[in-house]
Parts: sequence; C-alpha cells; structure tokens
Amino acid sequence: MDHHLTGQSGSGSCSGSGGGCGSGAPGLDALGEDVRRKVAEHPCYSEGAHHHFARMHAAVAPACNIQCNYCNRKFDCSNESRPGVVSEVLTPDQAVLKTLAVAAAIPQMSVLGIAGPGDPLANPERTFAVFRELAVKAPDLKLCVSTNGLALPEHVEELARLKVDHVTITINCLDPDIGAKIYPWIFWNHRRVRGREAAEILIAQQQKGLEMLVERGILVKVNSVMIPGINDQHLAEVSRHVRAKGAFLHNVMPLIAAPEHGTYFGLTGQRSPSPQELQALQDECAGDMNMMRHCRQCRADAVGLLGEDRSSEFSLAKIAGMEIDHEAALARRVAYRAKIEAEAAEKKARAHAVPPAAKIKQVIALHPRPANGKETAPATSSDAPVTSIALAAATTPSAPPAQPRPALIAVATEGGGIINQHFGHAREFLVYEASAAGVRFIGRRGVDLYCAGEDSCGDDGESKLTKTLRALAGCEVILCSRIGIDPWRALEEAGITPNSERALEPIEEAVLATWQELAASGRLNAPAPQLRRA
Amino acid sequence: MALEIIDSCTSCQACLPLCPNKAIVAAAPHFLIVADLCNECAGDYDDPQCASICPVEGAILDELGRELNPPGSLTGLPPALAALVAAASPSEVVGK
Ligand code: SF4
Ligand code: SF4
Ligand code: SF4
Repeated sequence: MDHHLTGQSGSGSCSGSGGGCGSGAPGLDALGEDVRRKVAEHPCYSEGAHHHFARMHAAVAPACNIQCNYCNRKFDCSNESRPGVVSEVLTPDQAVLKTLAVAAAIPQMSVLGIAGPGDPLANPERTFAVFRELAVKAPDLKLCVSTNGLALPEHVEELARLKVDHVTITINCLDPDIGAKIYPWIFWNHRRVRGREAAEILIAQQQKGLEMLVERGILVKVNSVMIPGINDQHLAEVSRHVRAKGAFLHNVMPLIAAPEHGTYFGLTGQRSPSPQELQALQDECAGDMNMMRHCRQCRADAVGLLGEDRSSEFSLAKIAGMEIDHEAALARRVAYRAKIEAEAAEKKARAHAVPPAAKIKQVIALHPRPANGKETAPATSSDAPVTSIALAAATTPSAPPAQPRPALIAVATEGGGIINQHFGHAREFLVYEASAAGVRFIGRRGVDLYCAGEDSCGDDGESKLTKTLRALAGCEVILCSRIGIDPWRALEEAGITPNSERALEPIEEAVLATWQELAASGRLNAPAPQLRRA
Repeated sequence: MALEIIDSCTSCQACLPLCPNKAIVAAAPHFLIVADLCNECAGDYDDPQCASICPVEGAILDELGRELNPPGSLTGLPPALAALVAAASPSEVVGK
C-alpha cells in the first residue's frame, strides 16, 4: 500500500483552496502563483463547492516495496482515509469499469485516486494502465496517486505525461536513525536492504521525488504518521522542510496501533498519540488552516455519497453488465460542475456585498465588553479563515471581566455540512473550536481508531461507548441528530453535554450558536473542566 | 533447485513481475512457483528475487523446506511472537 497502515489512513486526495477571500494563507504564500491557482481550482478544495464533489479510490496495487512498522500486509493495509476499511483489490480493467460506472451514476464524481493497499508505484503497470484508460474514456476526471516515495523519481515523467495532478507522499522522517525505527526493510536494486541504510535510501528517494514533482508543477501533499517517542518531536521539522520544498499541504495522521492489527507497533505496545497531542502537532504543521480544514473534512467518497443501499449496485458482477453512454455521462458531469461553479461564484459575490463589519460584529458582540475598547479589525468575508481573526483576538490584552473561553464542540454528521447523524451510528466525530473569534475546524476523531471492529472490541472488555468517550475527551458538547438514553447519561457523567436540538442545522452555525448558549449560561467563564479519561 | 510458495502467501503480487524466469504463477488460493522453471535466480541475481521482496515470513521455502524468511526476520518481532502471529488470526493474538 502505500504507506499506510492497518487501519492507518493514508492518502486522501485533497488539497486546499487558496484563500478565496484575501486570507493571508501562510502556507500558500511560499508557493508559486501557478500552484496556488491549481490548488484553488482543485475540486477537493474549491472554496464553498468542495462538498459537491466526490472522489473514489481504486485499489489495484497490492504489492509494496517497503515495510512499515505500522502495517501488517498479511491482513490489510489501508491507504484510505477510512481507518480499518479493507479494500477490495481490483484488476486494472475492473477498476476502469467501476470508475466509469460510478462516474456515470454520480455527476459529482471528479477525482480518481490510486492508493493502498500496496504502493501504486511498486505496481506501475497496473496503476498506469488504469490512468491511461481513464485519460481517454473520462478525460475530465482528475487523477491522483499516493505513494511511499521509494519508486517515485523513476515514475515522475510518466505521472506528468498522464496529467496526474496531485501526488501524496507519506514522509515520516528526514533522519535515517528515526527511519530505521519505522521501516525495517526496503526492496531496492534487487536486494532486501535493512536498517539505517534502507531508511537513508527511502528518505533520499522521497525528497528527490518531491522536488521533481514540484518542478513539474504537480501538486504534492505530504502525509506523516505521528508515532509518539519516535518521530513526534521531529515532524515539525519535516513540515518546515517539505513546505519549503514546495509541498502545498502537510497532513499529520495519528499512528493507529493495537495488538489485533498484528503490526510491529501494535504488538510491541507502541502507543498512539492522544487526540490532544495529535491536535497540537497538527496545528503546528498545518500551515494554511483553511485548506487543512477542507482536507480533513473531506468525506467525499463517491460510492459513499450514494448511501449504503446503492453501493451494492457497483459490485463487479453488476458493472460488468452495465451499458453506459460515456459521452452522455461526461456531458452530465461537465454540466454539473458548471452549475456548482456558477452557484459558488454567485454566493461569493453576495458574501462580498455584505459589509464585512456586520458579520464580525455579530461575533465580537459576544465579548461582554471589548477588552481595550478597540475591536479587532474585521477580516473580509465569512469564508475567510477564522484563524487570522483568532490571532488578533488572542493578542488583545485581556482585561476583566474574563471573556468566555473557547470550547471544543464535537459534531456527528454523515456529510453535506449539516448535523445529521445519530450518535450511536457515528464512527467518527468532527471537532470544532468555538470562541468569541468564531469557529474553526480542528480535526476528526475516530471512535474505531483503536479497534479493528466489533469483534475485537468485545474481547478487550472495552465497549464502543467507552471508546467514543475517549475520542471525545476535551469536548464540552456533542451535537448529533439523535441519541439514546444510555449514552446520554454516560456522556453527561463524563462532563460532555449531548445535544440533539440542532439536528439538520449547518454545522458551523450550529457550533457557533451552541457556544453562544454556553457563553450566555456563564459556563465558559469557569475554567475548562478537567479532562476525564473514559 | 527451486523455491516453493506455501499457503501463508497473501497473493500480494509483489514477487510476480520480478522473477527472471517467469516461474511464478498467480494461482488461487495462493501464488505458486513452477519448480521446473525456478533456478533460484542463479545467473541473474545474487538473491532470489521473490524471497527478497516477499513481506510474509515463512511464505517461501527452499528445497529442503527451510523458510527463507524465518519468523522475526522481516517484522523484527521476537521470533516466538512472530511465529504466533503467523499462525494466528489477528483477534487471537489480542488475548496475549
Ligand atoms: S508497508 Fe507498504 S503497504 Fe504497508 S503502509 Fe508501508 S508503504 Fe503502505
Ligand atoms: S527464486 Fe527467482 S527464479 Fe525462482 S521463483 Fe523466485 S524469482 Fe523466480
Ligand atoms: S510476495 Fe510473497 S506474499 Fe506476495 S504473492 Fe509473492 S509469495 Fe505471496
């Protein structure tokens, strides 16, 4: 796979939007105009519209040319953004058929990624066969690939030729001594190479591949797996380094290690980072928060968009018999995209028409009294990254009475930007930080991150609810569409307020309104509750 | 002189394109080596290619039935634990 782990998430094909509304996006400033435009136009990031696009991952490349200590290739190696999902390995022909069938059924379909299990570039024939076919049959689809980087330099030319516009490299270190603790071996020049020497070669290949892609104007996202005690202190440096070289986004993912995964790390008791540790490092590495917000929120799995019931329509047996008019399907997708773009442009125009001060006021008015009589400068439209405002607010010298403090609020959603998921069905939660400065997306927290499935969960005596409570550590409210009475009580006991009154409301508005209620109740003038470990 | 792939092979395909003698067959339920075609890569490479990329300990044997990648040699786990993992399904390992 590529560089991902049992249950580890990997690629994810997102890149970020440029600061659509004059944000001072720090991550992008270092990048060229060309890259900035490409990022802004990429469906995964296009401001305000990325909810309307879908991507799909095809698993055609099961072989791998390295071993990672967080991967057990005997059972599964998921390079998907969905931990624990065992991907069905397809032949290149099957992958092309399936992609075309899905793209004909779903006009939102716009990105095809090849990721794990396996390393796509350790299986170049299979990977490129899919890309070549699709370049002809569905030239509108954007192609992306995720790789561990070992075989990247020798394939950059072909990637460029096939107009692959987005590559994710999993880079866990720059230091071979650290690498030797993560990668036991690589296959290189017809030999199995081990230890520090292996790590040295891998790191050099990753960096060379990164440079070559950037030279050709291909977007590069870097993923890193945070492994406490091994590379956690090192990743901030990795982040600076890869962004200086032109990676437009650096995404830090948690190590997911449990004995039942059968991985080296799982079996040797290597721990995963806590949500708080992960969040702190992610904040440090993210760069452009607006872009990162889109990337982490992305749940645009194309078949998932159809809902559970329909994914069975794309079984291999069914797609083999489908008669599809590809020209018509292509035309539908193009028309769909044009419509979404027009709507987004209109929305943006409207947003700009509102005097920005009016919106900011609404938020600032929450301060009982402006700290020093001077309100923070309004920053552009509602879509502007809240971070810049938050920074301004934070530097304002605080005066009594205390401002309501920020709070973490979790959301259960099935997508579409609204609160629409039953608490008991949620396998992960989106966590937001709300404060007087507004709302910002912090990250996802998975319930099953530490378990491979119901069976293995049952064994270690830890219930799903216990895991859920742990995933929600530090959050003060959980917003969901419905919730049962038992979990309700358990949450309250853990100091987390369940709330289903905002079902079907847009997420960010609901989070802000919830924070305002908390602030009005006075709860946020008291210090944050002690984190209770479930 | 030939190697053998046994049932712990996961059909990951990594070995398939590497064989200089096209001795590996993508058979089900697991890959196989055609003994008549395999010469352990003699004359082409210093190391047998399939056994140099295979990620599964114990999946490839020599003519005497010895594992080219014995327990612990690829995972770095203590051999006893590696052998246990190789024999068990993932959830069985958890109890330990
Ligand atoms: S060993 Fe290979 S397949 Fe597994 S996570 Fe690493 S790169 Fe991916
Ligand atoms: S040892 Fe060499 S010749 Fe024999 S099957 Fe493996 S790769 Fe082919
Ligand atoms: S590399 Fe090993 S596990 Fe993979 S197909 Fe070949 S023998 Fe089977």
